[in-house]
Amino acid sequence: MTSDSAVSGRPLSDPGAEAARATAGILHDTLHGSARGVVVDSPPGAGKSTLVVHAALELAAAGRPLMIVAQTNAQVDDLVLRLAGKEPELPVGRLHSNDSDPYDKALDDLDNVRKSARAGDLAGLDVVISTAAKWAHVQGVEPWQHAIVDEAYQMRSDALLAVAGLFERALFVGDPGQLDPFTTVGSEQWAGLSYDPSGSAVSTLLAHNPDLPQHRLPVSWRLPASAAPLVSEAFYPYTPFRSGTVADDRRLAFGVPSDGSGPDRVLDEAAESGWGLLELPARHTPRTDPEAVRAVALVVRRLLDRGGAAVSEQSAEPVPLTVDRIAVGTAHRDQAAAVRAALTELGVAGVTVDTANRLQGREYDVTVVLHPLSGRPDATAFHLETGRLCVLASRHRHACIVVCREGVSDLLDEHPSTEPVQLGVTVKFPDGWEANHAVLAHLAEHRVRWEPGTA
Amino acid sequence: MSLIATLARLEAVESGRAQPLATVRHRRLTERPMVFVPLTTAGEAGAPLGALVGTDREEPRLLVVAQPRDRDLRSAFLAELADVLLPYVDGFGDDVELVERKETDAETGKKVTVEVELCADAAQLIVPSRAGAEFVRLLGRSMRFRRTAEQDPDTPYPAPPRVPLLGRWLTHYGERARVPGSSLLLAATDLLNRHWATGQSSLEDQHLGALLAWIDPPDGESGAQAALRAELGRDREGMLLRPPAGPATDPVFDNRRLAPAMERYDRARQLLAAAEDGESADERLGELHRAEREIRRLVADQMRPTWDAVWRALDLVRTLPEGSRVEDRWTRDRWSFTAHRDRVRAGEPPQPRRDDAVTAAQKLAARETAQAQLEAQEALDDPLVLAGRRLSGEAFVSEVIDVEMAWSESKRPSPRPLLTVRTEDHPHLGGRSAKVYRSLDGKPQTAQFVRYEEDGTLVLRVTDRMGRGKDPAEGSVPVKGDRIAWTLFEHDQRGGPKLPDPEETPWTHGGPPAGFAGGTPGSHVAEMPDLVTPEDLL
Repeated sequence: MTSDSAVSGRPLSDPGAEAARATAGILHDTLHGSARGVVVDSPPGAGKSTLVVHAALELAAAGRPLMIVAQTNAQVDDLVLRLAGKEPELPVGRLHSNDSDPYDKALDDLDNVRKSARAGDLAGLDVVISTAAKWAHVQGVEPWQHAIVDEAYQMRSDALLAVAGLFERALFVGDPGQLDPFTTVGSEQWAGLSYDPSGSAVSTLLAHNPDLPQHRLPVSWRLPASAAPLVSEAFYPYTPFRSGTVADDRRLAFGVPSDGSGPDRVLDEAAESGWGLLELPARHTPRTDPEAVRAVALVVRRLLDRGGAAVSEQSAEPVPLTVDRIAVGTAHRDQAAAVRAALTELGVAGVTVDTANRLQGREYDVTVVLHPLSGRPDATAFHLETGRLCVLASRHRHACIVVCREGVSDLLDEHPSTEPVQLGVTVKFPDGWEANHAVLAHLAEHRVRWEPGTA
Repeated sequence: MSLIATLARLEAVESGRAQPLATVRHRRLTERPMVFVPLTTAGEAGAPLGALVGTDREEPRLLVVAQPRDRDLRSAFLAELADVLLPYVDGFGDDVELVERKETDAETGKKVTVEVELCADAAQLIVPSRAGAEFVRLLGRSMRFRRTAEQDPDTPYPAPPRVPLLGRWLTHYGERARVPGSSLLLAATDLLNRHWATGQSSLEDQHLGALLAWIDPPDGESGAQAALRAELGRDREGMLLRPPAGPATDPVFDNRRLAPAMERYDRARQLLAAAEDGESADERLGELHRAEREIRRLVADQMRPTWDAVWRALDLVRTLPEGSRVEDRWTRDRWSFTAHRDRVRAGEPPQPRRDDAVTAAQKLAARETAQAQLEAQEALDDPLVLAGRRLSGEAFVSEVIDVEMAWSESKRPSPRPLLTVRTEDHPHLGGRSAKVYRSLDGKPQTAQFVRYEEDGTLVLRVTDRMGRGKDPAEGSVPVKGDRIAWTLFEHDQRGGPKLPDPEETPWTHGGPPAGFAGGTPGSHVAEMPDLVTPEDLL
């Protein structure tokens, strides 16, 4: 299957209409269906949060008490702000932890948002929102008629077990292509059980309730036309999606011309094509490869120095590329820390630098990625995980620049997937090996070779 | 692998000797552990070939199955194993202390203090390798559902008495071994790998002989050479100088020694069965005994080097003093041991074949808590482990250069002193409200990271453990000049949320398990053994 047949093979209908049809079907099943659950698969940037807000407002309007389960406090606060933005009159409860500074201070400015650490204080409000971890401690309350579980593919099965008693019916929304939930201890003994506690909430749910209606959001509004085909083909081969925009809708331009250095050449390539690969000479390095880390930081520095401006369907005028529109993604926390230190050295502050796990669900204009396999002598299951690469390659609205050492495709060939086969476990497609090759093959067309220390 | 472990491995390669990864012992070794060296038969899962077992290194008990495909002989082996292991386990069951514990009263729902028994010590099982621990699990699984003639007079192949009971204990030990930091069932290779880094691959580190060769090489030889010999060295007849630690055997041994010996044994048995008069029967019985003795000798020779190696490993690990928080983890092991003792004594049925959804989630949560706790405790117990965390930015050692008293802005101000500290480490302090912890009299004290100063020093605000008064309790606030190790990770772990009872398993997880359907809540229905099918019989 090539990217062309996956996307442009179908008659190109209006993406907005296509997405609206999908949303209408989801809301119909949620509000009027007979099943206890509805599952929605959403590729990156397909309007998942918009859907959650939309569904929440509809359920509230129908007079059904609603609880919303998200995975992190940042996601919860974001949802509260979005709900209040759409419907300032709606009574919303924000259930929070007992820690100091438990929620975003911006919530204090909202008149109809009540905040409490006790679920009892929030009883009777139209919508109550919290994290799965906090909901798990709620006891002795009347169950809610309806729940929305956000990022359900990143929620662990045991977390769902702890909260499922709180609601009668639920809408589960999530992205199956992102990182699977994980555990720090061995869980092989439950592999293959339908309720494997370390598996994702959705896989347990569907294993026990195979007849639940399943929907899919078909259009990515985030990913540009240059990225959607690749991400769709590499990570969602059986459930293709398309970009909501066409090639000319998004443009990236620089005010300062290239100085001919590697970082500048890769920036030009990325501005032109949406992708750029800055390839450093092959070498085995520690995780925090100083040269690669510095290259990442330099690319970000030049991106800012050259006065980047982004043109998109969202505004008529070019929007300057500022630090808050740029993110750096890595596989490990120590790599992120090293990049942060290198950026500070170059005088850059305010650029988001984080691991794939923490970048999930976020959106930027340009991302700079340190390839998870760069400089490694081996390719472990962690580094091959499909979701990790998928997250890193699907955060951008305009362009993604990957910094990597040469030789990763050879490394992949030397390390075929050798995970033990577990009985009863559904094999996930594509595997990380295949997805990595697909992405590398595409990136090779946008390669800029550079030896740090030379021009 | 952490950076410090990588460095230790590089040093091991360079120096030809294993390098320490710890300065204290992070696992409990009891005074009288039970060492269990099992061997299994190639080609048939769970068919034991023999074992050396015992608490006295000079006098292991030798158990051998002369013909592992003969299920009667296998049964006899398991019965004999139960005779060795169960008295040892039982020996810890009655030496108890009384401990107060908070429990929720079933009727009133209130917390009440009850006095319960806690075994003063627990039985400890040591196997050579992880494969050995896996074999313990396998034995447990194959035995715990067996029925004795006493339990069920109609059972077609009754198990010898006490075999199902041993199966339950081995299952418990196998499960407990999956809890990080537990010491009830330990593999000698895991013990050594926790405390030393060798210059070989982690795959080779599973070879007990090679591991010992790196840690304790013979005089004048490098660890690498000695390990290579331990792995590959064979005598003139092609037998491994160091037989594998099992439970799998060396195929060369199987083919050249064991198979012919078993053939002789089988033939002798057939001849004995066909004997027509007493005199030839006596003679053929003698032949059978000779054949059996030969197999026993062969199997014992394969296991003896491993037996000695396990004890050698215990000696080496015992040279390290025990870490101060090991006692705390061992107490949890004792609780686990006591709880299983109580279940057995209460006549509860064997552990179910598979965990239900709630039990699985509970076990996973308990193990994650134990893992985080283990990592924190090891770092607090051991400067070398802490060094690894410092290197990875998860901890830092600092000197206090200034203390400024400050108070919280509430009606009753509490002390919130500001510390200025200097460190050479590079902790990953970022984001808002990063917290750091130090150990104060064994309890964690929390401080909030406030800011970096221009000169690179850090400002921290101490937030707890200073008493109830306006002024901090004596000794609870660091003073100028103190050198303090701070960690970015918490020292204690909060337990997870309460999960529903199994009979209230929600619809998302398939509803209540079959044992509860229709039954009164809480009444566990014992799983029935599998039916005997034609495939069960050879």
